Amino acid sequence: MANNRMLVGFFIASESIFFLMLILAYVNFHGSVTDGPTAVNSLNPVVTGIFSLFLFASSFTIWLAGKSLRNKNHFMLKVWILATIVLGAVFIFGQGLEWSGLLDKNITISRNVFGTTFFTLTGFHGFHVCVGLIMLSLLLGLALAGDFKGPKSDAVECISLYWHFVDGVWVVVFSVIYLWAFL
Amino acid sequence: MSSRIPLVPENAVPLPSLKANNGLLSWVSSIDHKQIGIMYLIITLIYFLLGGIEALLIRVQLAHPGNDFLTPELYNQLFTMHGTTMIFFVVMPFLIGVGVYLLPLMIGARDMAFPRLNALSFWLFFFGGILLYYSFFTQSGAPDVGWFAYAPLSEKPFSLNKGPTYWALGLLASGIGSVASGLNNVVTILTMRTPGMTMRRIPLFVWMMLVTSLLLVFVIPIITAAFAMMLLDSILGATFFTPAHGGSAILWQHFFWGFGHPEVYILILPAFGIISEVIPVFSRKPIYGYEFVAASTVAIGLLSLGVWAHHMFAVGLGNAANAYFSLASMLIAIPTGVKVLNWVATMWGGRINFATPMLFGTAFIIEFVVGGLTGVAIASVPIDWVVTDSYFIVAHFHYAIFGGSVFAIFAGVYYWFPKFTGRMLSETLGKWHFWLTVIGFNMTFFIQHFLGVMGMPRRTYTYYDMPYWGSMNLISTIGAMILGLSVLIFVWNILVSLRHGRPAGDNPWNAWTLEWATTSPPAVENFELVPPVRGRRPLWDLAHPDMPDEPGAKTV
Repeated sequence: MANNRMLVGFFIASESIFFLMLILAYVNFHGSVTDGPTAVNSLNPVVTGIFSLFLFASSFTIWLAGKSLRNKNHFMLKVWILATIVLGAVFIFGQGLEWSGLLDKNITISRNVFGTTFFTLTGFHGFHVCVGLIMLSLLLGLALAGDFKGPKSDAVECISLYWHFVDGVWVVVFSVIYLWAFL
Repeated sequence: MSSRIPLVPENAVPLPSLKANNGLLSWVSSIDHKQIGIMYLIITLIYFLLGGIEALLIRVQLAHPGNDFLTPELYNQLFTMHGTTMIFFVVMPFLIGVGVYLLPLMIGARDMAFPRLNALSFWLFFFGGILLYYSFFTQSGAPDVGWFAYAPLSEKPFSLNKGPTYWALGLLASGIGSVASGLNNVVTILTMRTPGMTMRRIPLFVWMMLVTSLLLVFVIPIITAAFAMMLLDSILGATFFTPAHGGSAILWQHFFWGFGHPEVYILILPAFGIISEVIPVFSRKPIYGYEFVAASTVAIGLLSLGVWAHHMFAVGLGNAANAYFSLASMLIAIPTGVKVLNWVATMWGGRINFATPMLFGTAFIIEFVVGGLTGVAIASVPIDWVVTDSYFIVAHFHYAIFGGSVFAIFAGVYYWFPKFTGRMLSETLGKWHFWLTVIGFNMTFFIQHFLGVMGMPRRTYTYYDMPYWGSMNLISTIGAMILGLSVLIFVWNILVSLRHGRPAGDNPWNAWTLEWATTSPPAVENFELVPPVRGRRPLWDLAHPDMPDEPGAKTV
């Protein structure tokens, strides 16, 4: 049914406003930090950029998963969903590394407005990635149980829409936090 | 009244009951839009009484200068809880609930597009309210920072108690429920319409709910993000809104009103929808200018997104910003005026039947126009600077939200109660309720315009004995008592009519929209057969096949 995809579409629109507010908060305080940690003196754009490539690649693999389903290639459907989960998990692992590195240097959410806005924005994005990973795992489980006959599945299409959205948000977040600071 | 249909279909129960087998469980586990709608209405009635008691306590405290009936701390908690309750747990969920009940019926559908999501919305609202009210039982008491919770007052070190945290958590939960309702409504309206029910033929209530639902979808996330930031501030020591640590208190105001102003249109647009259903039926004429009423709603919805800083003129945003926000706010008067003229034109030359729904509908137009006119006045920056934070503002928004939304809600309850329950509300008690409401409401709030112009500040637990202030406040308090009495009559009317009301039949008002084509209350599956839809008034076309609304639809 078109209902499900329409619901996810409006849901994503609503979520976009949510992230827009977090990004506005980050932008609002950008440059207002006079001493203490900032994006320029505490972040590593190269390492995060490399981990970001894993997330961007996962958008491609989930697209391939949908394509496999349309071609009724059930084996490749499972492979590409699994690949998406692995790529997403690597990205989250990278986020964890970055966070723990910052926390070791006593850069926390309560340190200054950079810490506040940075951890809030990347934290909510990471939370959305984790929710996506849970949904993808459910999808994989259902696929392994032989649930998706193809050529169409609302579950696959809706979750991949959400996953593309999570990916798209990271394009903006990465640009605003990292590229803005270093370019 | 037709006799072929039993008064209450066996498989449709109008109200939850502790006595029936599995009675309560069938409600708690329900995903039926009618049962969920009824639960919304019952819970909002309870919150309406709670919020009303809070208002009466406030008015008793203000009855004469220097009163010590309430402590300042309790007073702050009460006005915060009164505003929060009335907005988030009365008007908003009532309108969502009545929408959930009526939307599928009006468009000829079996249920909402997502019945489980519908139940989730309700329970998030339900538990959000409990979370908020639980704060009364904690050591630190209820939130005491106003319904707008301005930073830094709502933040450490000014608020060391947990009240604002309960406030943000409760509203966060119910807000997510509202987004889910909005999503559900939008998809339902766009995809579940019966054949023939084009977007140019849906009842105007459905149009208004569509625009409201889009506002819910796009505007609630603004405050959801702000609540998240506020909670991070208070729990994890983040510094979004604490100027002492580099944060910005003004940012909270922007975020809050970025949501808060569209929110008042979320409160009024469905009310416009109710009025747009009631006035044609009781004037025995089709609505005048259907397209204009619908299009002006879309215009209001869009404009409402760009006017938030008119709540912040006192901040000092600079002349350019003030001029823009002042002008944009005044613009909203145009589409709103279009609606008022359409309603009046619908009544003009009609055979008006002043049954209770129409009494409230007519009074709505008058009271709301008062609130609208003061709204245009305070959209002007110099006037706002004079009266901001005074009782003039209190009078203004009570004319808009009580004189507007709540009058429309009463009109809607009297209009649809027969459909919800199968029985009519008492007209005699309804007229008592109406006249006491009109007298009590205007007595309470009209005089507050003058108090405001004379400089009486709002949100203050008492006031000095200035000339006339004491007597004017006493008049306002007596008015509030009359209003309280009118609400008791209303509740009494509901309780009595549920048992002894006149049987309603399918269509007691000779109305024309699809919800009146089915039984009262509707059976579980809503319709046995949805009548054909060939115009905006399917039941009129059905009864008058020789003169349908749309000439091309003539079938005889």
